[in-house]
Amino acid sequence: MTKRFGSVVASDVIDLDLQHGEVLALLGENGAGKTTLMNMLFGQYTPDAGTVHVWDDAGNETILPAGQPQAAIDARIGMVHQHFTLAENLSVLDNILLGAEPLFSLVRHRRDAREKLTRLMDDSGLIAPLDTRVGDLTVGERQRVEILKALYRDVRILVLDEPTAVLTPQEADTMFASMRAMVDRGLSVIFISHKLHEVQAFSDRIAVLRHGRKTGEMVTKDANTGSIIRMMVGEDLKVPPRVAGVPKKPILELQDIHTSGAGGGQGLSRLNLTVRGGEIVGIAGVSGNGQSAFAGLVSGLVQPQSGAMSVSGKAMPKPNPKAMLDAGVGRIPEDRHHDGIVSAMSVAENLVIERLDAPDVQTRGFLRKTQIAAHAQDLTQKYDVRGPGIEARSALLSGGNIQKLILARVLETNPDLILANQPTRGLDFKAASEVSRRLFEARDRGAGVILISEDLDEVLSLADRILVMHDGHLQETDSRDRTVIGLMMAGGRVT
Amino acid sequence: MIQITQKENQSRWVSLGIPIVAAVLSLLLAAIPLAFTGASIPDAYVQMINGVFGSLFNFTEMLTRATPLIFTGLAAAIAFRAKLWNIGAEGQLYLGAMAAVWVGTGMVDGPPILMIPLVLAAGAIAGGLGMLGPALLKTRFGADEVVTSLLLNFIILIFLQMMLEGPLKDPMGLGWPQSEPIIDNAILPQLITRMRLHAGFILALGTAVVAYVILAMTVWGFKVRAVGENAAAARHAGIAVNKTYLAVAMASGALAGIAGVSEVAGLKGYLTADLSPGFGYTGIVVAMLAGLSPLGVIAASLFVASVFVGADSMSRAIGVSSFIADLIVSMSLICVLLGGFFARFNLRWDRNKGGGS
Repeated sequence: MTKRFGSVVASDVIDLDLQHGEVLALLGENGAGKTTLMNMLFGQYTPDAGTVHVWDDAGNETILPAGQPQAAIDARIGMVHQHFTLAENLSVLDNILLGAEPLFSLVRHRRDAREKLTRLMDDSGLIAPLDTRVGDLTVGERQRVEILKALYRDVRILVLDEPTAVLTPQEADTMFASMRAMVDRGLSVIFISHKLHEVQAFSDRIAVLRHGRKTGEMVTKDANTGSIIRMMVGEDLKVPPRVAGVPKKPILELQDIHTSGAGGGQGLSRLNLTVRGGEIVGIAGVSGNGQSAFAGLVSGLVQPQSGAMSVSGKAMPKPNPKAMLDAGVGRIPEDRHHDGIVSAMSVAENLVIERLDAPDVQTRGFLRKTQIAAHAQDLTQKYDVRGPGIEARSALLSGGNIQKLILARVLETNPDLILANQPTRGLDFKAASEVSRRLFEARDRGAGVILISEDLDEVLSLADRILVMHDGHLQETDSRDRTVIGLMMAGGRVT
Repeated sequence: MIQITQKENQSRWVSLGIPIVAAVLSLLLAAIPLAFTGASIPDAYVQMINGVFGSLFNFTEMLTRATPLIFTGLAAAIAFRAKLWNIGAEGQLYLGAMAAVWVGTGMVDGPPILMIPLVLAAGAIAGGLGMLGPALLKTRFGADEVVTSLLLNFIILIFLQMMLEGPLKDPMGLGWPQSEPIIDNAILPQLITRMRLHAGFILALGTAVVAYVILAMTVWGFKVRAVGENAAAARHAGIAVNKTYLAVAMASGALAGIAGVSEVAGLKGYLTADLSPGFGYTGIVVAMLAGLSPLGVIAASLFVASVFVGADSMSRAIGVSSFIADLIVSMSLICVLLGGFFARFNLRWDRNKGGGS
């Protein structure tokens, strides 16, 4: 299966096969192509090349027509998404029936449904209270409802996308036992996970994707943690020689910081970090381990509940974005469309939005349009921001050019500290290397740079120091060994 | 399945032309209900045009009617630009009118040069505070300002009736629930003798221009636009989003309050509970017709006022219900909203991509 998005090849001639009654684990870093592949399986994306073949119980082969979700449903392929797709105000039974009943039917066969579900629950051991509102269930119970929802539709192939991301270990164990029971009855499972010990315990076979390609496949019982990680992060890619930074005086100091999670995510606990000028500090880790809270803290969007933060020696007890900007912190946000630009406003306006108080932007509250335009003209040239012009809505720029716009805005003020959160995500190689070059330039000028990235290659090639974020903690490592760092990302403590 | 995709770039002429086409179209569509009444359609249109342009008096009546609509239209436009949904302009209008009556009926006296700014300021502050409440509830507790500002209208209306039966009641009013008249020095002057058009109209035009300048050319206007278009990015860029909401709420409420002052001190002279036939709500329509542009609000107000005044005159002349005016205004709004949709999006009938989820 091949799928390109513009110049990015998200899935590059991937072959994958799944046997009857088998659990296939699909491994890979974020952006490796797992989701793209699954979306093609479900007909959400139309592949540029390749087909999906399905065999029914009698052994008859069908080729699923491309780009038709209904075909996947008819072939009895089901998926449990990482983020629940349940209606909280409906009962468990109604959630399971939702979409499985004809829209204009006058009668609902709830008794039949109940009987079938009871049978399913007996068979699988996945028990859920059918008449309780989903909003009143625990996360583990909701997960079970999601799986029951798929099983109710008689799926033969079930895709589980990081099913244990929100479960406690005990809940996860119960779920795996139930799934194993269903697999023994002939269900086939594709299991997407970052957690190696689960993959090793639950799967029969492992396939590894990396940068849109399948880089390896092995039978689980022949695999060990080291060999899996090597396939995931790859040892073939040589890290280009890099010039080390020259650390100067500390710029950002974090002492014993606690925060709650941004938007219900993972918070930070007992976080200590010192970032000096002239160094790039790389923060590796699987997303959802506190990176959002950490980025929010340094951006001024998240308040520390306890602990001390100071920037260039100045204490920041109650940070806000303006105060952090004034203290010389430049921020490249993770979601450049959502947090980085106001897409309905012009390129010129977006270039000055962080320094509306500056004398070249305003006099006595009035915008200096000529100066702003000249400034934009200058910066778009210097940073090679291409688009329909400085007065055009910034929504018309491509992702790479939006990132260059943000880089121009951040770097032009010569910040003492730069927070780069996933700065090359979704960018093609050329745009990504431009970002790296600019970050090196800023470091050599004497700025401290914090690089948050899920891409270990990027961290290894850019960072002078590497820390791994897991469960809201930062752990520093001297190692540049992918296996060691990979284990730390998975929560292991390796010395 | 119909596929809807956003157009790459919207031409300036299209966005300017849509409201005009929609206005003309809605006037033409009015022929359908008119035909049902059995009236002569050409005659009805002639009467409508006469009602607005037939004489200087008719024309100034239209401008008089447009005056409060410009203020309430601006109130809605400015708030909506920041995506602060102020649906409470009707209540804020009455708060402004009450404040004007409170200070303008003899509490203080002075020359007009002092008294007129005083009643205007009083009305603006009262209206502004009227919207500050819902805005505070929004920024502090996340309460939906659509609900709070809308429901506040009814509270204010009942409060007004209480005041008109109590402290504000005119002892000389023969028992009618109305306030004492505004003192002469606080009355907005007439613009033309024997016409009801008053200085509030000039003030409205000036306010619209000032609002345009503020939105387009000042840092504050920049912040309002940024918060309205993408509050998350504005916050990330260091703009105090909540502070902006509160300031916009004050400004929007103040404009609606001035609408009330202008009506009570420019036109009626005293306050009753039927001062406004829904100017606050019509202001929302005006703002939408204007595409939330302050200068567009002037044009939209003139159009809506023309339809109302023209339809009034038509109904008197040929005996058709003047509800036809509401119908035309409603249709014009639908036309503008649909027109705006077609200008922004491409529709494509796609046979191959059926059954998508």
